[in-house]
Amino acid sequence: MNDMTPTPEQRVEKLQGMGCRRKRVEDVRFTQGRGNYVDDMKLPGMLYGDFVRSSYAHARIKNIDASKAKALPGVIAVLTAADLAPLKLHWMPTLAGDVQMVLADGKVLFQNQEIAFVVANDRAVAADAAELVEVEYEELPPLVDPFKAMDPDAPVLREDLAGKTTGAHGARKHHNHIFEWEVGDREATDLAFRDAEVSIKELISYQRVHPSPLETCQCIASFDKVKGELTLWGTFQAPHVVRTVAAILSGIPEHKIHVISPDIGGGFGNKVGVYPGYVCSVVASIVTGKPVKWVEDRIENLSATSFARDYHMTTEIAATKAGKVTALRVHALADHGAFDACADPSKWPAGFFNIVTGSYDFPTAHCVVDGVYTNKAPGGVAYRCSFRVTEAAYCIERGMDILAAKLGMDPAELRLKNFVRREQFPYQSALGWEYDSGDYDTAMRQAMEKTGYTALRAEQKAKQDAFRRGETRELMGIGVSFFTEIVGAGPSKNCDILGIAMFDSCEIRIHPTGAAITRMGTKSQGQGHETTYAQIIATEIGIPADDIMVEEGNTDTAPYGLGTYGSRSTPVAGAAIATAARKVKAKAQMIAAYMMEVHHDDVEFDIDRFRVKGLPEKFKTMKEIAWAAYNSVPPGLEPGLEAVSYYDPPNMTYPFGAYICVMDIDVDTGVAKTRRFYALDDCGTRINPLIIEGQVHGGLTEAFAIAMGQEIAYDEIGNVKGASFMDYFLPTAVETPRWETDFTVTPSPHHPIGAKGVGESPNVGGVPAFSNAVNDAFAFLGNTHIQMPHDAWRVWQAARRLGA
Amino acid sequence: MAKTHVTMTVNGQSAEELVEPRTLLVHFLRETLGLTGTHIGCETSHCGACTVDFNGESVKSCTMFAVQAEGAQVLTIEGMANPDGTLHALQEGFREMHGLQCGFCTPGMIVRAYRLLQEIPNPTDDEIRMGISGNLCRCTGYQNIVAAIQFAAARLNTPAQQEQAA
Repeated sequence: MNDMTPTPEQRVEKLQGMGCRRKRVEDVRFTQGRGNYVDDMKLPGMLYGDFVRSSYAHARIKNIDASKAKALPGVIAVLTAADLAPLKLHWMPTLAGDVQMVLADGKVLFQNQEIAFVVANDRAVAADAAELVEVEYEELPPLVDPFKAMDPDAPVLREDLAGKTTGAHGARKHHNHIFEWEVGDREATDLAFRDAEVSIKELISYQRVHPSPLETCQCIASFDKVKGELTLWGTFQAPHVVRTVAAILSGIPEHKIHVISPDIGGGFGNKVGVYPGYVCSVVASIVTGKPVKWVEDRIENLSATSFARDYHMTTEIAATKAGKVTALRVHALADHGAFDACADPSKWPAGFFNIVTGSYDFPTAHCVVDGVYTNKAPGGVAYRCSFRVTEAAYCIERGMDILAAKLGMDPAELRLKNFVRREQFPYQSALGWEYDSGDYDTAMRQAMEKTGYTALRAEQKAKQDAFRRGETRELMGIGVSFFTEIVGAGPSKNCDILGIAMFDSCEIRIHPTGAAITRMGTKSQGQGHETTYAQIIATEIGIPADDIMVEEGNTDTAPYGLGTYGSRSTPVAGAAIATAARKVKAKAQMIAAYMMEVHHDDVEFDIDRFRVKGLPEKFKTMKEIAWAAYNSVPPGLEPGLEAVSYYDPPNMTYPFGAYICVMDIDVDTGVAKTRRFYALDDCGTRINPLIIEGQVHGGLTEAFAIAMGQEIAYDEIGNVKGASFMDYFLPTAVETPRWETDFTVTPSPHHPIGAKGVGESPNVGGVPAFSNAVNDAFAFLGNTHIQMPHDAWRVWQAARRLGA
Repeated sequence: MAKTHVTMTVNGQSAEELVEPRTLLVHFLRETLGLTGTHIGCETSHCGACTVDFNGESVKSCTMFAVQAEGAQVLTIEGMANPDGTLHALQEGFREMHGLQCGFCTPGMIVRAYRLLQEIPNPTDDEIRMGISGNLCRCTGYQNIVAAIQFAAARLNTPAQQEQAA
């Protein structure tokens, strides 16, 4: 071996495989303004669509007069429900088993609902024409408060459902009721509460918010009348699902529909659903024979496409005096707006809300969710979380703090006392999940040690004493949160979207020179798949990540996949990559053995090559094997080196983490400053720490935004009050806290590479950490619960209420 | 609608076009000149995705008419690389420090940071945070953006770079 022979360490480094902080390949184009987002595309003869939207939350439409709009030079068409009705496209199915108006059919049910679609040869002309469409309304009483939705005299919102006592998820109790979802053991839970030594009960609300990625939802539809083919470019987190839905809705055969997601400027759940803008663009393109572009503006984005949360959770915990929890009972009232357009797996009307027992060993639990209609925008998407997991984590983590206060126990101590223990995994939760792996105790203790938790509590105590003596007007809050996520939807036994199982897929092709392309069923919106997916392959089959092109988003070339949301890319598609890579590797082993004239059992994989066992100097590199795959494969083996894998996960994955937030609150202004935020995440095997840290920073920032200020609020007559960045809080670099990240590693036992997913954990765990910090600051004054968002005005009000 | 004649210099090249008086500068750049690196995120001056450098100041090009740029020197992300084709220190810094994810705010953020580093060549973290507070990012939580700008500041302040710049 001469000096030029690379060492094993150098060979590993050259691969840039799993575990290294590989720089992102996407950044080369993005830092030079060479991304390719939907609105960057311009097709010859392209037309532009724009919506006429409702001024009212609830009104009957008496007349639509588009004559002035149609007379404007440059206007090609104005579509209304009457134009879509013959095609049966004036309504569309939602992912949640409901139907939704594409364009207002007789009435409007929320402010800014789509009424007419104007098509013009210029974006500004379309906007001008939309202003010229005259809509005559007859106002109806609006229903804004979800707690009044099922009053006997509540207005009837959905006249289309008259007489339907059963919905997609069972019986409907009222004309504004959507579903009741019940899980757990009611009897045993009631019994546990009857015998409880201590119990708490609190209404914990999680306000309506919006994912608001910086790029809004948009598409271009182009129908080729000669070929009968539709090409649809769009901001789709799940392009294959869009293709199937488009085929079902339009009647165009699925092989003649090409759905393409180019670069996407953030998604966070906003870009999973199918929106009226997509349907109208397709229809307009079919009608006009020209490409039609629709680009939502920010007001439309915030007020019409996909809110999140709006869960009102009556939370009860039973416990012993010593602080051992004995039962959990939750009733959640879910405000779904005018149509149930939740983006959950089809059989899960409340998503995975039954993860609400969290990280604690509850012997029994019972949970009911009631979904209701109101005169608000539809949605209910998973804003940077797995389905309804953020709501569940907020519910239990606030609940545990409230219990701790009642018991006079430290919140961290109460958690340590009730954790599912390491030896209990795989753990069967009282509400039906099998947690795959975890070591909660170690994570919590590491977080407490790194933050100096005991000293922080002592400092807080001293500040409280000083406050009582009138020496300071500042309070200190310490927010503890320990979350368990459930991600990676999901196993075909219980997860599907419109009947399609929630597997994911990967195709790997090794080219003769040893370079490779992989095509995926997922679609990055900033997660860096082009970088991390290649790292998995690099480690699995020994080809440098830099020699692997990752392609996503083109339904013609990618194998069918269910897309990217709910932190499912790594748990599901990441597993598909590993299994496809292992198929490639198995064939490479046969070829290598044949090249070296030994039996394939006598060769073994070594970083970037196969070598003869016991003879490390006798080897064939993957590059050599790739070449041989195209000219000298063993007899009986097909040429080429490629594989496809469709991965149906055996279980979900359960990432977890311990977060501690330290806040200083000025009681006279209500301004809460985050002094410190420590986040320990355990996402199993870590593929790229650089990207994991970035995901954690981003998720924490969104959690900060939600907890401390975001709200899509409505006034009493249903006017949306949070529909611009003036009114809806997106933190700038100035408000945003500094983040400290840390980790433990507990691999998933059922995942091929042990990875669990991380993108959404920080949002799930972050929101309760911030909210617990605010609540904790006031706990010594007798506070039990202050509702989010904790903006300065509300914190100031709470301080006044508590006599601070 | 009657069109107006407008001439400006964009990324060192002269641009001369007829535009509607109401055409926004961002639409002029993106649709007339095809420079799609400058993005539109809100159309209300809040998000800064449309930030360009305009006669030596950062401006939000969604809130300005193209005709107001008559005779102006405009720099967009497409003009950020060095004349020899190598990347600007900020472009390198954003990649090096993982200062971007979806990439949508990135062009505006880099163009803003370019001007910030001329205003304050050795900024503190707090000065950077204040200096980019007109640019929103939904993905990164800003921490790595601050680090990326510090990376570029350090790079630009080394003598070798200064020589190269001169």
